[in-house]
Amino acid sequence: MSALAVRGLRVSFDHPLGLVRAVDDVSFDLRPNERFGLVGESGSGKSTMALAIMRMIRPPGHIDGGDILLGGKNLATLSAEDVRQTRLAGIAMVPQGSMNALNPVMRVGDQVADAMRDHDKKPVGIGALMARVGLPAGTADKYPHELSGGMKQRVCIAIAMCLRPTVIIADEPTSALDVVVQRQVMRTLADVQRDLNAAILLIGHDMGLMAQFVDRLGVMYAGRLVEIAPIAEIVRRPRHPYTEMLIASLPSMDHKDALRGIPGLAPLLRDLPSGCAFHPRCPKAQDRCAIERPEPREVESGVLVRCHFA
Amino acid sequence: MRALYIARRFGVFLLIVWLAASLNFFLPRLSGQDPVRTKLLAEAQLGGYVQAGIEDMVKEYNQKFGLDKPLWRQYISYLGDTARLDFNYSISNYPRTVRDLIAEALPWTIGLLGMTTLLSFIIGTLLGALLAWPGAPRWMRYVMPPLWALHAIPFFLLGLILMYLLAFQWQLLPIFGGYSPGAVPGFNFRFILDVLAHATLPALSIILVATGGWALGMRGMMVTTMGEDYVTFAEAKGLKASTIFLRYCVRNAILPQTTALALALGQILSGAVLVEVIFGYPGIGALLFEAIRENDHFLIQGIVFTVIVALGLTTFLLDILYPWLDPRISYQRT
Amino acid sequence: MLRYLKRNPSLAVGIGLLSVLVLFLLVGMVLIDPEDARPLSAPALRPPSWAYPFGTDRQGRDLFAAMVVGTPLTLRIGFIAGILGVVIGTILAFVAGFYRGIVDTLIRGIADIGLTVPGLLILIIIAVSVRGGLTVNQMALVVASLAWLNPTRTIRSQVLTLRERGYVEVARLSGMNGPEIIFFEMIPNLLPYLGATLVNAVSAAILASIGLEVLGLGPLEAPTLGMTLYWVNFNAAIINGWWWWWTAPIAIILIVFLGLFFMTVGLDEIANPRLRRSV
Repeated sequence: MSALAVRGLRVSFDHPLGLVRAVDDVSFDLRPNERFGLVGESGSGKSTMALAIMRMIRPPGHIDGGDILLGGKNLATLSAEDVRQTRLAGIAMVPQGSMNALNPVMRVGDQVADAMRDHDKKPVGIGALMARVGLPAGTADKYPHELSGGMKQRVCIAIAMCLRPTVIIADEPTSALDVVVQRQVMRTLADVQRDLNAAILLIGHDMGLMAQFVDRLGVMYAGRLVEIAPIAEIVRRPRHPYTEMLIASLPSMDHKDALRGIPGLAPLLRDLPSGCAFHPRCPKAQDRCAIERPEPREVESGVLVRCHFA
Repeated sequence: MRALYIARRFGVFLLIVWLAASLNFFLPRLSGQDPVRTKLLAEAQLGGYVQAGIEDMVKEYNQKFGLDKPLWRQYISYLGDTARLDFNYSISNYPRTVRDLIAEALPWTIGLLGMTTLLSFIIGTLLGALLAWPGAPRWMRYVMPPLWALHAIPFFLLGLILMYLLAFQWQLLPIFGGYSPGAVPGFNFRFILDVLAHATLPALSIILVATGGWALGMRGMMVTTMGEDYVTFAEAKGLKASTIFLRYCVRNAILPQTTALALALGQILSGAVLVEVIFGYPGIGALLFEAIRENDHFLIQGIVFTVIVALGLTTFLLDILYPWLDPRISYQRT
Repeated sequence: MLRYLKRNPSLAVGIGLLSVLVLFLLVGMVLIDPEDARPLSAPALRPPSWAYPFGTDRQGRDLFAAMVVGTPLTLRIGFIAGILGVVIGTILAFVAGFYRGIVDTLIRGIADIGLTVPGLLILIIIAVSVRGGLTVNQMALVVASLAWLNPTRTIRSQVLTLRERGYVEVARLSGMNGPEIIFFEMIPNLLPYLGATLVNAVSAAILASIGLEVLGLGPLEAPTLGMTLYWVNFNAAIINGWWWWWTAPIAIILIVFLGLFFMTVGLDEIANPRLRRSV
């Protein structure tokens, strides 16, 4: 059974100028112990998806449909209190690296403790937890403003693991951190995953990071999941035109060319093109693409693509 | 370090005290007024009757301040006197000293002001916090508009209206004074009840107006705080709603709210002075009013100085308290 | 304009209230003879009647005339002091916030200390020190002497924020000098905020002047709102049941303050788009 199974998730936001479809019929499976990456440009809906999975979408946003199966329980239909209990204990979140995620007036150790207490667990072992994520002794008594960005992120990881969840969602955990610290944080994350036997959903836009960390990768465009494949496969042989152009745009150390990008702009989520959302920018587009939305097809074992021509 | 921070704040306090004293000294002199002589002249004009003992006072005054002595000498001795809390005699109440009069009136004002400020701050802040929270009971929303409209008007205005309605029309509460005429002051139950009855209208005028302001402010701070990243993360941690409300939202929103309190103290005091005047409440305000009426410069100066020092002290104490509330303010910076 | 007012109810209410007041004053000025606002122009202590719509006070003033004559005086003090305060405050704020350094520390220090002290008390000392009573214009100047403190502080913090904005950098790089940047780049962006600060300052100035007057430190012969209340208090009008004497000034003061308050809220909404309730 999957650790996390998302089926047909749809999330939209009410905006005076139109309905914003942030997540449009997304389905994927997160296998136990797996590292799954979700990549996409800004505005592709990936952070919204993370919030939706945790049932944290607030008005004017709303979950329009779909199932979020966490080891048998459907988070989409659970009561508010049950969802609250599941957060951190069943599925935990590591916030973006640039976020101000820690309460400035509480010591960081207390911020681990209150999470444990509100889940009816005794707040013990916090010191060991800090050490486990590589923080020096005495960190628990410090305030967030006394810690560096990397240390704060590791505190957040400690919080995410304190109740031994089965799934960890990490939404751009290394943004705003320099590469050295980035490496430390990702290593800590990998250690934690091994320790807990948890599955990790890593959300981001850094293909290089994904290539080094994840087992499988999902590519999002305009709120839709356009390709899912094992990482080696996707880098070597991307199927969807968008993925192809993404991989091609990565600068290489071997040959220095002009930088290649993807012409055009990502569409506004409230004003999506008909049919396949990518067709205005796709070099392989045909008439059919403007009319018919492609459904996910398994073109090879473990490779799913939403394209008429993959 | 911590000592340095406290020392700096204390230094600011001393600076304020010194400025207040100097202002008191130089301003009247700039206009060339001599209150004692003026009073003498005024009395003389009325037909020769001079208040008993005023000649002694004039003599003492001249000796002390030696108006023939150079200005800086007068200034130094004035500063010395002020440091010893010697504000001279009250012209209108001779032979009572200014210090005595102030000492009598101060407890009344501190009692009224202290209690009303505390009550309105606490109630207002709590109300404002709850109003911002989506899970709050619905009836609260109806409390807000009247409080909101009320807080825009000056205290004494509401005081006049309340006085008319509650004291005059419906005769529920006493109109005037700190306690009933003829009542014997003492720490007995009857007297205390009397005092409280008399203090109710002045207190209500202040509380009803001020609470709205605090509530509005706190609601604004809460809305800002609730949008912060750490509140989102707190929710992701699966914390209980009450925990998030108290320890993440209120605990953070209270910081700018406390700063606002420190800044508003001067205003609250100004408003309270006028309330005391309206109700004849025997505090500093009423004393000041009487002093102005009688042109009693020494009393006026003494009161203004005392009030400035008291406010400076309170601000100083709040400044010291603040780093304890907000660990980000290190003691090293000012 | 009217469409915007529908979306910004606070501003609409504020302007509405103040318009009612202005209307009252205009109509009043046509109807009355200003001499009636002086003492001994009418029989004393008459309740409202057709001849004297607001009644008369103990000194024989026709209260309707007194209000029509006195209200503009109070408003004038508020406006002069408020405008002066904001103008001086803006200049100081820009000098401090834009150029920083010693000047900034000095200005900020004075403003901070000045704000800790209750303004009314300083005003009392000043008013008492001035020989003889104060005239209306002198009162405006006295209030103005403290009115710049708050505007300086709030505008300064806005200047500090704006200073770091991109377009200021660009202006600097394209060769504009300090005053040019201030006038052509920063002030236009601050106009709504300056507007809100002005209304605030006027409101505070009116309050300060009324406060001084109620204490008896205002121009004794002028029938301003505050002085009228002073006489109300002096003659214990409430206890004596002369309700008409204090009803009119209180009602007018209420309208003034509520009107200015709602205007401030409305202007705040313009200045800070995050407060807007609808797009």
